[in-house]
Amino acid sequence: MLRKLLLGSLVAPAMLALSGCNMVVLDPSGYIAAQQRDIIVISTILMLLIIVPVILLTIFFAWKYRQSRNAEYRPEWSHSTRLEVVIWSAPLAIIIALGSITWVSTHTLDPYRPLERISAGQAVTPQNKPLTVEVVSMNWKWLFFYPEEGIATVNELAAPVDRPIYFKITSSDLMNSFYIPALAGQIYSMAGMETKLHAVINKPGVYDGFSANYSGAGFSGMNFKFHGLSEADFKAWVDKVKAGGDELSVSTYETLAKPSSNDPVHYYRSVAPDLYHDILNRCVGHAEPCMDKVMAMDHGHKAEGGGGADEMADMPGMAHHDAPEAKGAGSNAAAATGN
Amino acid sequence: MFSNPDLWKFIFGRLTWQDILPETIVVYTFIVVAIGGVAIVAAITYYRKWGYLWNEWITSIDHKKIGAMYMILGLVMFVRGFSDAAMMRSQQAIAFGANQGYLPPHHYDQIFTAHGVIMIFFAAMPLITGLMNFVVPLQIGARDVAFPFLNNFSFWMTAAGAVIVMISLFVGVFAMTGWLAYPPLSELPYSPDTGVDYYIWGLQVAGIGTLLSGVNMVATIIKMRAPGMSMMKMPVFTWTALCTNILIVAAFPVLTAVLALLALDRYAGTHFFTNTGGGDQMMYVNLIWIWGHPEVYILVLPCFGVYSEVVATFCGKRLFGYASMVYATIVITILSYLVWLHHFFTMGSGASVNSFFGITTMIISIPTGAKIFNWLFTMYKGRIRFELPMMWSVAFMITFVIGGMTGVMLAVPPADFVLHNSLFLIAHFHNVIIGGVLFGIFAAINYWFPKAFGFKLDQFWGKVSFWLWVPGFYLAFMPLYVLGLMGITRRLNHFDDPSLQIWFVIAAFGALLIGGGILAMLVQIGVSIARRDQLRDVTGDPWDGRTLEWSTSSPPPEYNFAFTPIVYDHDAWWDMKDRGYVRPREGFRPIHMPKNTGTGAILAALAVAFAFGMIWYMWWLAAVSFVAMIVVAIGHTFNYNRDFDIPVETVVATEGERTALLARHA
Repeated sequence: MLRKLLLGSLVAPAMLALSGCNMVVLDPSGYIAAQQRDIIVISTILMLLIIVPVILLTIFFAWKYRQSRNAEYRPEWSHSTRLEVVIWSAPLAIIIALGSITWVSTHTLDPYRPLERISAGQAVTPQNKPLTVEVVSMNWKWLFFYPEEGIATVNELAAPVDRPIYFKITSSDLMNSFYIPALAGQIYSMAGMETKLHAVINKPGVYDGFSANYSGAGFSGMNFKFHGLSEADFKAWVDKVKAGGDELSVSTYETLAKPSSNDPVHYYRSVAPDLYHDILNRCVGHAEPCMDKVMAMDHGHKAEGGGGADEMADMPGMAHHDAPEAKGAGSNAAAATGN
Repeated sequence: MFSNPDLWKFIFGRLTWQDILPETIVVYTFIVVAIGGVAIVAAITYYRKWGYLWNEWITSIDHKKIGAMYMILGLVMFVRGFSDAAMMRSQQAIAFGANQGYLPPHHYDQIFTAHGVIMIFFAAMPLITGLMNFVVPLQIGARDVAFPFLNNFSFWMTAAGAVIVMISLFVGVFAMTGWLAYPPLSELPYSPDTGVDYYIWGLQVAGIGTLLSGVNMVATIIKMRAPGMSMMKMPVFTWTALCTNILIVAAFPVLTAVLALLALDRYAGTHFFTNTGGGDQMMYVNLIWIWGHPEVYILVLPCFGVYSEVVATFCGKRLFGYASMVYATIVITILSYLVWLHHFFTMGSGASVNSFFGITTMIISIPTGAKIFNWLFTMYKGRIRFELPMMWSVAFMITFVIGGMTGVMLAVPPADFVLHNSLFLIAHFHNVIIGGVLFGIFAAINYWFPKAFGFKLDQFWGKVSFWLWVPGFYLAFMPLYVLGLMGITRRLNHFDDPSLQIWFVIAAFGALLIGGGILAMLVQIGVSIARRDQLRDVTGDPWDGRTLEWSTSSPPPEYNFAFTPIVYDHDAWWDMKDRGYVRPREGFRPIHMPKNTGTGAILAALAVAFAFGMIWYMWWLAAVSFVAMIVVAIGHTFNYNRDFDIPVETVVATEGERTALLARHA
């Protein structure tokens, strides 16, 4: 309660002063992003406790002890144990406080951790089954799969309000970062690896999403809109996609995978089986063996008791050594998902 | 002969006519550069200065001249880096909605990459190295660095790296990857042109110079201190230089290794960081930041040293808490190796790993905070003279704590998830690099310039520069904090939301003020040269200094000190003045000194040829220049004629002149 009061009294004037611009990071619409905002505010206040006096003292000493004022002058005074204790322990105290907050909040706000609450006052119940969305960053657009609905979209994302969303994120080629500031913090998307993000949106609306990690020529246009919809509107949106969309076959995907920028929104009413799995494991169309299969093979091999090379197969990035036929190998998928 | 395409390909690799001056905008730049270059060459020829340049500067192994050359290189490259910044700011200020601005991604992406690479490697690094080169031997009472030839070679390798990067402006393209060239974007399939190769070879060549100069400085500080100068009697700047060079020696090999692995991926088809074949892009990010984080401390530690010298001198007071200053520096040096993961909290590490690195990062703010307090309490009960170096120091103290605060915010992983890669981050690191490193370099230039050249810098133009720079900095970067909180990410060359424009316009105006500040600084140097007789420093101690460099003449003689000083206190010169030190007038002896050599410059020129050959796949050129480098290096080891004695008559004459000068102005 006290914390709320403190936050309110300090944030409100700042918000007012900057109300002219839309500070989405300080005024988000998702519970995760809201908690991340609280961390920013708390850490700022904690540090201002020391920053403000330092700045004021600097200005005051610069004024008071300037040559023309002929203030007290002690040229040999250069040590004071009491003062030294203070100047080391004051920052230490702040950092102990901030470090504790960091340890706890980093664990509670770990993007890989399934949500426990939908909002401050509402715990997640077994009825709140999360919506799974599989995200692929491509050159230079976003592809979203909705495995339960069997649909996919390009450059448009939608989710029902107050329902946990479980994002699984990978990339077709380049490293990007999946970021919707109003919803939750970002996480990188990398080829052959899967990162995860759990989040929830609490207010209906249309929000900006984009890549936050530079990925080449089309990067500036790699944006999409995220629609927070009521449960009914979300159903209607899924129906709209199903009614108006194309089929996302392997060959359509291969066309889509060609580099392009500022792509319009596109809907797919159906998706080729296991397409997301194959993108993640770098085997779309099965011209090359899937990475997960290669890794499973490597592990099987190891169980039979091989030589030194097999021991290396356990290490990330080493798996392909004893599978020369597997060009697209590597245990990165395991490395990233096992986290 | 050139009708044969195979022969053409053999000789020129992948270089074609289209690669030379490919775009109009670059042609204009080239014309300006060419006119300037021709004018300089013509002037040198007209005044018959080639021999002077070669004998007195290019082949010089005098640490003071090498230091000055580093500073000139750093300032020239700083102007280039700033023009990149000005282009970015103006592009972002106009590219809204239908207006795409004047820089398409092809240009814009090269410009922000070049800006980062040049500012860190070829502006900040040479400026820092130049300062240490000039000041450290004088502060510890030495006649030169431990390995004078190596020092010359290091400088020319750094300059060669800068030349390689500059060639990319006119021949081919520069990297379009961001300044750290993350794979897979920097891998051959996604960056097939020469850009990343210019990046790799430019940094590899310059990296050799940086590493060797680090080794040289560590050896100098450990082995060549004046008698009596124990570790805890070293001036604080020398302490920070020692820690920085230890960081250089430990960190730069990692950079060399990671760039070598990237080069193998691009040239030999290996799969260290590729998407396929078991490569791991996360490993590159890990390795490059294991170098990259210590690098920011490599830059800022010597500047902390500068502030310590400047604040103590201009407050006329011993530095408060010398011992805690030294221990803070050592703690920062060690901790700087334990924080690198905070650059990629968002890459999917677990919560425990992220919080470990977040907390270690915050811990660095404790010794840094202690340093700020030490400067603050040095001012307390001092008698502060607001000369230019002190003005920059006060501006630093106020600016840097703001940057430190936003840095600790970014160190909290949940906060970093929403601020990472945003303009908030850009504002933060410019806040600490400009407010911490650059302000320190400006303080240092104003402080040590009279020692280096024998006359002070003009105060009026220095103040003009200061009052343009400091408000310019705040106007240019505070809007970026706001934009970061609005969720705007970095490296965008176009925006849809018109409400953002005003912030970018303010930032562009700030950049304009900074441009004015840079111009005023150049005017300041020009005016000072013109007015050098009025600004002359005859005493060698224009600021009532505290450390040994102020005990010798300005500029110091070739041999720095006719007699090696004996040290009893960390403010050695202050202590000598206090005890009524009298300059010796007789008993001079010949002084043993190293001889100039052209080997460093020749090796560096060959390194440029080698790099050019590698970049353009002219394998014959690369092979020939590589072999030539080995031959020249081995040949140099057979040169036994590398030292001489300054005859005692010369020493007597030089010291006699100084005695007469001091007597005239007493």
